[in-house]
Amino acid sequence: MTQKILARAAGLDSVKAGDLIMDKLSLVLGNDITSPVAIREFEKLGKASVFDKAKIALVPDHFTPNKDIKSAEQAKVVRTFALDNDIVNYFEVGEVGIEHALLPEKGLVVAGDVVIGADSHTCTYGALGAFSTGVGSTDMAAGMATGKAWFKVPEAIKFYLTGSLPAYTSGKDLILHIIGMIGVDGALYKSMEFTGPGMHTLTMDDRFTVANMAIEAGAKNGIFEVDDLTREYMREHSDREFVEFTADEDAEYAQVINIDLSKVPHTVAFPHLPENARTPGNWGDVAIDQVVIGSCTNGRLSDLQRAADILRGRKVKKGVRVIVFPATQRIYLEALKDGTLSALVEAGCVISAPTCGPCLGGHMGILAAGERCISTTNRNFIGRMGHVDSEVYLASPEVAAASALTGRITAPEEVV
Amino acid sequence: MKAKGTVIKYGDNIDTDVIIPARYLNTSLPEELAKHCMEDIDKDFINRVQQGDIMVGGANFGCGSSREHAPIAIKASGISCVIAESFARIFFRNSINIGLPILECPEAAKDIGEGDTVSIDFDSGVIKNETKGREYRAAAFPQFMQELINAGGLVNYISSGKM
Repeated sequence: MTQKILARAAGLDSVKAGDLIMDKLSLVLGNDITSPVAIREFEKLGKASVFDKAKIALVPDHFTPNKDIKSAEQAKVVRTFALDNDIVNYFEVGEVGIEHALLPEKGLVVAGDVVIGADSHTCTYGALGAFSTGVGSTDMAAGMATGKAWFKVPEAIKFYLTGSLPAYTSGKDLILHIIGMIGVDGALYKSMEFTGPGMHTLTMDDRFTVANMAIEAGAKNGIFEVDDLTREYMREHSDREFVEFTADEDAEYAQVINIDLSKVPHTVAFPHLPENARTPGNWGDVAIDQVVIGSCTNGRLSDLQRAADILRGRKVKKGVRVIVFPATQRIYLEALKDGTLSALVEAGCVISAPTCGPCLGGHMGILAAGERCISTTNRNFIGRMGHVDSEVYLASPEVAAASALTGRITAPEEVV
Repeated sequence: MKAKGTVIKYGDNIDTDVIIPARYLNTSLPEELAKHCMEDIDKDFINRVQQGDIMVGGANFGCGSSREHAPIAIKASGISCVIAESFARIFFRNSINIGLPILECPEAAKDIGEGDTVSIDFDSGVIKNETKGREYRAAAFPQFMQELINAGGLVNYISSGKM
């Protein structure tokens, strides 16, 4: 699938793994951390304007609402550039959300697109059948100037899914299970393609979660086949035409991995790598100080609803801090209207504005030395959420919510 | 193009959060970033690194975030080249784009030790371990990539009309 999308954007009939090609870009993305560097590099290029003011998205979501003076200065660089260049898709606080939840919601990415973003989790849009991948700021600058990027065509690993996920298990368990199986470099330089009858049983939110963490296995991108659910999502959010690609029957894969979704266990990644996946019998007694529910991985409406279903009518364990981050304003509003947020607040959670916040140790929930957090985010590297001696445990919204009730890492079945 | 220096060695999966923690990403000034390079796993790095030193890592070096601040911090700290068993793809791309030479060479990455003196000839891809008297061979950079690194990165390369 990936190879066909890349070939089309390069104007070629076909490509093979290893080919170096130049693709036309459907969208170039940056945030408040990566865009200032890209803007500095763009200005060095001396171009009078960007290649297409409607095909650049500037999303200041990391350290906003501005956490300190330096962050405010960085956000200002992005704002000024967006206004000076008449960038259509610049999102100010009040309309901004976490970039990888926001762009699909705004209909800015559809199947068949080729997207680069100066953020590693740009691979999220593979859930829609698009090719999207993270790059650095210099590539973003070159993309803004020329509308093009070079790629080395990746090999692919096929994940053939059958069955459906058990109760209280979701996309996060699936992707942590996969990373535990293949390792943080198990898909290095490769594409992860998700197919098979089980794929259709995954919600769009689950697919976004899975594609989002392809980078945590080292992959260039993660991509799902387009089905009725994808089409329905795209029609609801976008008026752009989309192009569907399916893998050929005889397509070559570096590896084929079969997964029976009904056998995917609750999975928590222990510090300090996403590949340290453990199932309930191996969790032991891990006391936690903080719970984070949100992020580009798990801050969508159904994620919040699944957490609320477990917390509704109960109280967060005394001494545990639970911070919830709806990923976009629209998700925030929907969760407000359907009672999800009331259930969370009544249980003792605090609701934050949409921001990347503590996921990368930015703000809104930083850890002290010795503290542990169970989090629905995507990385548990050393010092990721604060002090170098703090720990992050990656989990699904269901496991995070159950753990909030007990103050230790807990499977949902224990509390429901 | 050549480099020579003393080796500072790390293990597998050195991620971009330890290369430059996100709490310092409220600036993009290279010299500011360099002050905090590697500090979460090696507080002493910035004090002991000398101009021209060579960093050696294991598998999947530079995994994690797409922050270009990571290779920028390494380059600004004085490191002349990174050798690793393998690199995460965004880090690889970013390093080339900002003009930090990096070489994938499992044999060298495994054999070279902390404190060894190593010299590199980028034209041939030959890495010489002068301390141990051994030689390893990485794939040489193609001509355009050498020119790109020599120009100081992708932007200068484009500006000079090369692309």
